[in-house]
Amino acid sequence: MSLYTLLGALEIGLIFSLVALGVYISFRLLRFPDLTVDGSFPLGGAVAATLIAAGTDPFTATLAAMAAGAVAGLVTGWLNVRLKIMDLLASILMMIALYSINLRIMGKPNVPLIMEPTIFSILQPEALADYVFRPLLLVFVVLAMKFLLDGFFATQSGLAIRATGSNARMARAQGVNTGLAVLAGMALSNALVGLAGALFAQTQGGADISMGVGTIVIGLAAVIVGESLLPSRKLYLATIAVIVGAIVYRFFIALALNSDFIGLQAQDLNLVTALLVTVALVVPKLRQHWSGKKAN
Amino acid sequence: MLKAQDLHLTFNPGTPIETQALRGMSLEIPSGQFVTVIGSNGAGKSTFLNAVSGEQKVDSGSIEIDGIDMTRQPVWARARHVARVFQDPLAGTCEDLTIEENMALAKMRGRRRGLSFAVKPVLRDEFRAQLATLGLGLENRLGDRIGLLSGGQRQAVSLLMAALQPSRLLLLDEHTAALDPRTAAFVLELTVRIVAEHKLTTMMVTHSMRQALDVGERTVMLHQGRVVLDVSGKEREGLDVHHLLEMFEKVRGEALDDDKLLLS
Repeated sequence: MSLYTLLGALEIGLIFSLVALGVYISFRLLRFPDLTVDGSFPLGGAVAATLIAAGTDPFTATLAAMAAGAVAGLVTGWLNVRLKIMDLLASILMMIALYSINLRIMGKPNVPLIMEPTIFSILQPEALADYVFRPLLLVFVVLAMKFLLDGFFATQSGLAIRATGSNARMARAQGVNTGLAVLAGMALSNALVGLAGALFAQTQGGADISMGVGTIVIGLAAVIVGESLLPSRKLYLATIAVIVGAIVYRFFIALALNSDFIGLQAQDLNLVTALLVTVALVVPKLRQHWSGKKAN
Repeated sequence: MLKAQDLHLTFNPGTPIETQALRGMSLEIPSGQFVTVIGSNGAGKSTFLNAVSGEQKVDSGSIEIDGIDMTRQPVWARARHVARVFQDPLAGTCEDLTIEENMALAKMRGRRRGLSFAVKPVLRDEFRAQLATLGLGLENRLGDRIGLLSGGQRQAVSLLMAALQPSRLLLLDEHTAALDPRTAAFVLELTVRIVAEHKLTTMMVTHSMRQALDVGERTVMLHQGRVVLDVSGKEREGLDVHHLLEMFEKVRGEALDDDKLLLS
């Protein structure tokens, strides 16, 4: 693997670590199996790319993509909390609705960003090659998000959201409006995914209607890989684990696809993903089995 | 203080398993009083408690706390006035959160939660002092996940949590029933101490007639969803478990199945 592919894998891994943080919030903290992600990732891309192509400043466009993701999360939460639709189903409904919405936003199946300015091209210093600078900027963005999240979940409001996911009955008895907590958590989660989509579109040359396929699996894979690499119940370690998981996952994919002797091609990506997630799910159980501990 | 009037609640109405859990249940508790509630299984004790806390919506009747009509309010909105300890020791705390995070959550019960840090040094000192009164060594384990604690320890912390924020009404739902006898005695003792210390208006549902008479200052017996016996003061002091059983028999007008009451 060349340095170029290595940095490319790091770049995409970092972008998907934002997805993974979002998935961690919904799946782990809120215990809300949220597939909206498959729609809110391209939504973020679509909003950012369309706005940038129309001449909007890339920073505003990226913020707008985050807001769009948050709204998507809110709607899923609302379907569940207010209309009492089962969580998984509510998110699937939102996911397929977003497919049409994304097409409407873009007006066509894809919006290329070739010559248009992106937050990466604007901030790009002369001295660095773009493929070096992009991962650097992403490291900064991801770490900033991580620390913001760690901080938020240690506040009174953040604690209320975590309590809602852990024991909703207890949270209500402590005066937490659990419906509102679910909405807030889902908005936060999908805002991160929207941001990831916006960054993806700006690094990969545009937004595409099919860019969201399998996002949720990649996010979950990152969470699961991270948790098996660095098992911890402490939130600031868990967020690190999730980020590391996303990057490691991406490296494995790059390794698998770039090793000629395995003979894998780009279209095998989803199969490799499924295999990796399966391995990551089974390994912790095997480890427990080998060490003779009883699974609980 | 608490004023419940003519509460009616029917589960599964219009089906073969229709159950009239509350049938004209009325109870008034003045401020500062400690009331124990007894009754056989299905008498409506827990349903009544859930109606007061808001977990169970009533079909008709009204619930007032301190003159405020709470009948239609959701659980979280009532939490400002009502603190609660559950029967299941695992239900009253969040196992994924640490001891101090659980206590911080309870510290803000019924108040607006903002963006300031939930666990501050001054709060940590307060929690540590509170935990030290338990004598369980928990004051050194503030950062431990509460899921690591035993049921009795968690119930003791739940009680502390209920008293962290002033409340008008403390609801105890058979909160010693799931504990072993020694731990149950410890938690009950702690209950009496905390209630006295904070002068809490308290309603304790219990299965144990002994407990119902030993603790508090007034005992209410429920049967078929309404109050059938209400004793306090001199009359209550002279009572023993067998008196309660006789009274129960009298109001019911039929022989009593002792096993049903799970005497201890």
